[in-house]
Amino acid sequence: MTVDQLINWLPFGTDWPVITFLTAVIICALPVFLFIAVYALVAIYGEVKISSFMADKVGPMGQGVGFHAGKWGLLQPVADALKLILKEDIIPAAADKKLFIMAPFVVFIGAFISFAALPFGQNTIIADMNIGIFYILAVGSLSVIGIILAGWSSNNKWSLYGGMRSVAQIVSYEIPAGLSIISIIMLTGTLSMQGINEFQQGTIWGILPNWIIFNNPFSFIAFFIFFISGVAECNRTPFDIPEAESELVAGAFTEYSGMRYAFFFLSEYAEMFVVSGVSVTAFLGGWNSPISGFFNSPGWGVFWFMGKTLSLVFVMIWFRWTFPRLRVDQLMSICWKVFLPFSLLNIFGVGIWILITG
Amino acid sequence: MGVVHGDLMTLNIGPQHPSTHGVLRLKVKTDGEIISEVEPIIGYLHRCFEKHCENVSYEQVIPYTDRCDYIAAMNNNFGYAVTVEELMEIKVPERVEYIRVIVAELNRIASHLLALGAYGLDVGAFTPFLYMFRDRERILDLFETLCGARLLYNYIWVGGVSHDLPPGFIDAVYSFLDYFEPKIEEYNELLTYNKIFIERTGDVGVMPPEVAVSYGVTGPNLRGSGVKWDIRKNEPYSIYDKFDFDIPVGAGKMGTVGDCWDRYYVRMVEMKESVKITRQALKGIPTGDVHQALPKKIRPPQGSIYKRTESPRGDLAYYIVSDGSPIPYRLKMRSPAFTALSVLGEISQGWMMSDVLVILGSLDIVLGEIDR
Repeated sequence: MTVDQLINWLPFGTDWPVITFLTAVIICALPVFLFIAVYALVAIYGEVKISSFMADKVGPMGQGVGFHAGKWGLLQPVADALKLILKEDIIPAAADKKLFIMAPFVVFIGAFISFAALPFGQNTIIADMNIGIFYILAVGSLSVIGIILAGWSSNNKWSLYGGMRSVAQIVSYEIPAGLSIISIIMLTGTLSMQGINEFQQGTIWGILPNWIIFNNPFSFIAFFIFFISGVAECNRTPFDIPEAESELVAGAFTEYSGMRYAFFFLSEYAEMFVVSGVSVTAFLGGWNSPISGFFNSPGWGVFWFMGKTLSLVFVMIWFRWTFPRLRVDQLMSICWKVFLPFSLLNIFGVGIWILITG
Repeated sequence: MGVVHGDLMTLNIGPQHPSTHGVLRLKVKTDGEIISEVEPIIGYLHRCFEKHCENVSYEQVIPYTDRCDYIAAMNNNFGYAVTVEELMEIKVPERVEYIRVIVAELNRIASHLLALGAYGLDVGAFTPFLYMFRDRERILDLFETLCGARLLYNYIWVGGVSHDLPPGFIDAVYSFLDYFEPKIEEYNELLTYNKIFIERTGDVGVMPPEVAVSYGVTGPNLRGSGVKWDIRKNEPYSIYDKFDFDIPVGAGKMGTVGDCWDRYYVRMVEMKESVKITRQALKGIPTGDVHQALPKKIRPPQGSIYKRTESPRGDLAYYIVSDGSPIPYRLKMRSPAFTALSVLGEISQGWMMSDVLVILGSLDIVLGEIDR
């Protein structure tokens, strides 16, 4: 059910438009918030366990008698969250207090409102805007403001470095990401997320699902450019230079602790989900089943979307525990000298492809 | 258009920082990300090692040597014991020499594993670190069965070793070596030949051989610059002349000779060589009594001695002045990590913030040994 349908359905309808609107927004926002919180717990547990298996360890395990971390450490993320909530809230004396408090929320809002346009299933979307994918790209870059606020307001040289690097990185990687999305828009002829999903129904030559990644060679390349740029926008390894632990301590987040730090953490995981979700929608068929007509009901649509998105989140976690970190200038040169020309070429390629195939 | 020059920013890296490998402070002057000056500030871990030595008897110095280079305590014990023995002209039994070589080479592997793993951390790769710690753990377990300690062994004594090998130790070392040798390839696949790792370390922090020699850099750092110098080969002590092993040198495989990758790779190959030496020593070890040559009281004749040995970090030397009493008149330790750190300012100028920590990691310093 979208937010428009909800507004029409609400009893006080057109008499009090403001109240109707606010009610509808709150009804939509609460589940999203809960979803992010639960997903973050699952993802943190997943990251801890996956990294442990990759590093030949077992990760958190409940042992012995008493209330430890639960069976197989299942309660570990809950314990971590509780610890962060209960921690003393420290604001450095030299910090710019207002900006310091504001920064985590700005970062979180950027990730949070992106969820409004993510199509979880055929009917499960909050607002199927006609500019959906553009909207997500636009609000996704809000987080950069929060990070530079955090870096500046902490009044710490490490934070400043982190903020500076982060801005350079996120702003640069927006460009190849946006350009690869343009080739999708050219193919589908729509900016709406559901429109892009509907374009990908059916099959190619009766075998492959009609996903955009299989549509033509250029969109195949575009997927990789978009996904890698997405990883860079989430500040994940190998692009985690803004918080490069061994160089900058914790980058822009050095002075943060407790719940404020948890919000940065939460937004990182939420952003990973958004980037994966957009990649899935734009390239991997969104809620379409991999086998056309097989379990393709709206209920299963949510399953396929979540399955594909969480696999991409897994790939990001896999990256993190395998690769070293790039240096800041190498990161920039990959963006401007490799990704940008290739994504521009892609646009021409897709244009020619459309001309030829009609 | 002119170039805008801003003021330089002074930044203190450390003493509490994730990648200073101990309590070290680097005072760096930066222009944005570019570093124009690095000044290492040491002394946070100074424990008066040399002054202590002037007040305790010769055998009591050994635990202090453990605490200098705590990553490779066996090698420090070894160097000290060899020095005092030469001063006293003690001939130690053959079995003791073999045991010393085995434990010293095992500890060299453990030390290099820590250095390489922590280096992975410096460039942002976490998993290799855990892999290497997993394997280092097995060496520490071996040492635990040998002398009860896992880090500070106090094992190699003047004239002998504290305990004979426990039963089954030789087989345990064999099985460790069989397990460990293929693991080196695994590290290479995971980290050494990773494209990002090569980008980060190849051609970075080049230390030309002239610079290395003029600063007195030794050990793997010197060999990384292409200079074939190893005390075990060039000035053999103990029974190292009996073994057949190579000295790996940096060849600039992924960039210039003497870059960070070369220093890293020399350590990787050295572990293979240590495995080779250990195998030969295990094969040739004779039977005998390890306590046979232990002197009742260590009272070296008047005189002085300077003797160097090859620790995992390089040329570790002790200078001992004896006045004939059971207490050293003066003891000076030449620390290889100290000279390695002193070259940092020279080779890290003009590199970026991230590179400085990568270069520092590639020098493999231990602050316990620098500050003493």
